[in-house]
Amino acid sequence: MEILSQILQVGFFAALLRIATPLIFGTIGELYAERAGVLNLGIEGIMMFSAMAGFSGAYFTHSLWFGVLVAVLAGMLGGLLMAVLCVSLGLSQHVSGIGTTLLFSGLSFFLYRLIFGQPSTIPVIEPFRTVNIPWLAKIPIIGPVLFDQYALVYLAFLIVPVTSWILYHTPWGLNLRTVGENPQAANSAGVSVAATRYQALLIAGMFMGLGGAFLSMAQYNAFTFGVISGRGWISIALVVFGQWSPYKSMAGALLFAFIDALQLRLQASNMIHIPYQVFLMMPFVLTILAMALVSRNARAPAALLRPFRKEER
Amino acid sequence: MRWRLEIRDATPLWLNVLLPLLAILATLILCGGLIVLAGANMFDAYATMFSSALSSKFALTETLVKATPLIFTGLAVTIAFKAKFWNIGAEGQLLTGAMAAAYVGALEALPGWSLIPLMLLAGAAAGAATAIFPAYLKTRYKVDDVVTTLLLNFVILYAMTALLDGVWKDPISGYPDSPDILSAAEFPVFLARTRLHLGVLLAFIGAPLVWFVMKRTTLGFAIEAVGENAHAAAFSGHKTSVVILASAAVSGLLAGLAGVGEVGGLHFQVMATISPGYGYTGIVIAMLARLNPLGVLPAALFFAVIITGADSMSRATGVPVFLADVIQGTALVTMLIGLMFTRYRLRWQRVVHSVQEM
Repeated sequence: MEILSQILQVGFFAALLRIATPLIFGTIGELYAERAGVLNLGIEGIMMFSAMAGFSGAYFTHSLWFGVLVAVLAGMLGGLLMAVLCVSLGLSQHVSGIGTTLLFSGLSFFLYRLIFGQPSTIPVIEPFRTVNIPWLAKIPIIGPVLFDQYALVYLAFLIVPVTSWILYHTPWGLNLRTVGENPQAANSAGVSVAATRYQALLIAGMFMGLGGAFLSMAQYNAFTFGVISGRGWISIALVVFGQWSPYKSMAGALLFAFIDALQLRLQASNMIHIPYQVFLMMPFVLTILAMALVSRNARAPAALLRPFRKEER
Repeated sequence: MRWRLEIRDATPLWLNVLLPLLAILATLILCGGLIVLAGANMFDAYATMFSSALSSKFALTETLVKATPLIFTGLAVTIAFKAKFWNIGAEGQLLTGAMAAAYVGALEALPGWSLIPLMLLAGAAAGAATAIFPAYLKTRYKVDDVVTTLLLNFVILYAMTALLDGVWKDPISGYPDSPDILSAAEFPVFLARTRLHLGVLLAFIGAPLVWFVMKRTTLGFAIEAVGENAHAAAFSGHKTSVVILASAAVSGLLAGLAGVGEVGGLHFQVMATISPGYGYTGIVIAMLARLNPLGVLPAALFFAVIITGADSMSRATGVPVFLADVIQGTALVTMLIGLMFTRYRLRWQRVVHSVQEM
C-alpha cells in the first residue's frame, strides 16, 4: 500500500515523463537510421558528444537554445561520420558504430577537459525551466504532469506522431522504408539509396543531439562523464523492443522510465531493500528476453546491416 | 576518366602489414591536431608519451603488464569475429572471469597450491559461459549477437556492483570491493621489483597458441570456413551452429582470462573499475591486427604504450589524458577506412561508354 502511495503522486508521473524524454529522442533517432537500413551503434558516443557540446555552447553564450542548436549540429556531425563510413564506404555497420562511439566519447572527454580544465567545483549553467501551459496546467493532477514540463519534453512526445506520419504517410517515408527493406527495388524506382540513408542518419543525429542536450541542459545543469550512462544503448534496445514502430518504441521508453522512476522513489524512501542495480539492469534484461521471444516474428528492416552498392547485385 | 573501385581477389601480404601502420600514422597525425589545439607541441607530446612508457626498465615492464588484458581481449575478439560471431561482450566476459577468480582465490577450504590453477579454470569457464549464452541465442533464435553481447556487459556490470555493494563487500575495508584473495592465490612475479606476473606470460604464450589453433587445427579451419561463408561451410558438412558456439566459448574463455590476470596479478580483488574498457579496446586491437592472432601482440603493445604514456604526457604538457581514448577511436575509424583497400583497389580509368546496366 505504501508503495502505491509513493507511485500515485504527481511528482512521480512528472518525473517519469522527464526520464522517458532522452530515451524517446534516442529511440526515434535510431529508428530513422534503422528503418533506412543502418544500425547506428554510434548513438552512445553521439549523445555524449552532443551533451558536452550543447552544455559548452550554453555555458559561454548564456543562451540555452543556442546550446540546443550546438547539440543538434554535434549530433548531425556524428550522423555524418556514420554515413561516410557505412554508406559511402560501405563498411561494417557494427564496427563503424563502435568506432564512432569510441571516437565521440573520447572527444567529449578530451574537449570538455580542454575547455574547462579541472576546477574544484564543476561548471554549471542555469538549466531550462518548465513551461507552464496556460489553462491546461490548471487541470488537477493531469495538468502538472502533462502541461508543466520542459519544452524539450513536449517536443519529444510531439515527434513520435510526427515520425509515424512521416514514415507511413509521406512519399519520403515510403522511400525511407523501401530503402531499409529492399534497396534494390528503391534503386530501380529511381530512389537514391545513398542519399536517403544520409538523410536518415542526419535526422537520427539531430534527435540524438536533442537527447544529449536534454540531459546536460534540462535534466541536469552540468556535463558529467556519466551523463549518458548507457541511454544510447537502451535506445537501441528500445527500437528492437518496439519492433521498429514509433508508438511501440515510445511505449517501451515509458515502461523503462516507469521502472527507473520507481527505482529512484524506492531508493529515496528506503522502503524495500532491493539493490538499485537490479532496476538499472532491468531494461537490458527485458530487452534480451524480448529479443529471444519475438525474434522469430520480429520485423527488423530486411536490409538492416547490409551495405548497398549499385555495382554489386 | 574517373576513379573507380575494383574488387580485389586477394589481399597481398604487404598490404596487411602496411595498412595498420598507415592507420596508426594517420591517427597520430589527426590526434596531433588536438595536441596543437591544447597548446602543446605535437612532437614533444608524443615523445613524452612514448618515452615514458618505454624508456626505463620499470616503465617497460609496466607497459607489458598493461598490455596483458589487452592481448587477451584482442585475441577474444579476433577468434569471435573470425567466425562472424560479433562479440562486443569481451568487457562483460572479462568481468565474469575476474569475479570467478576473485571468488575462488579467496576460498580458504582449498589447498594453497590448487588456488591459481582453479582460478584460471574458473575464470575461463565463467568467461566462456558468458559468451556462449548470446551465441546460443544467435544460433538457436537468430537474435542479433551485437546487441545481446553489448547489453549483457551492462547486466554483468550492474550485477557485479550490486554484489560489491552488498553481500560481497569487503568487511575489512568497507569499500565496495571484494575481499582480497589469499596470498597463496596471488600470481608469482618473475622479476623482482616489477609487476610482471604469471598472466603476462600466459598472454604472450596465448597469442601464438591461438594462432596455432586457428591455422593448424580442425577447429580453426571450421571457424575460418564458417566465417568466410556460412552456407558453403554448412554445405560442405560443417555444423555451423556448433562452430559458432565453439568460437564463442574460446572467445569468452580468453576474455575471462583477461579478468583472471587483473585479479591474480594486479589488484588481488574485484572492484567496479577493474576494467576501464579493455573489452572495447580489444575490438580496436583485433581490427588493427587484421584478425591475425600474432598481429594482436604488437597492436596490444601499441595501445598499452598509449594508455600508460598518456598519464605522463598529460602531466608534462597539459594535454588532457583523454587523448588516449581519442586515439583508440580514431585508430579504429582510420583502420576501417583502410580496410576498404583490402577489398577494393582504386583505379584511374577511362570511362567506357556502354549501355548503362540497370
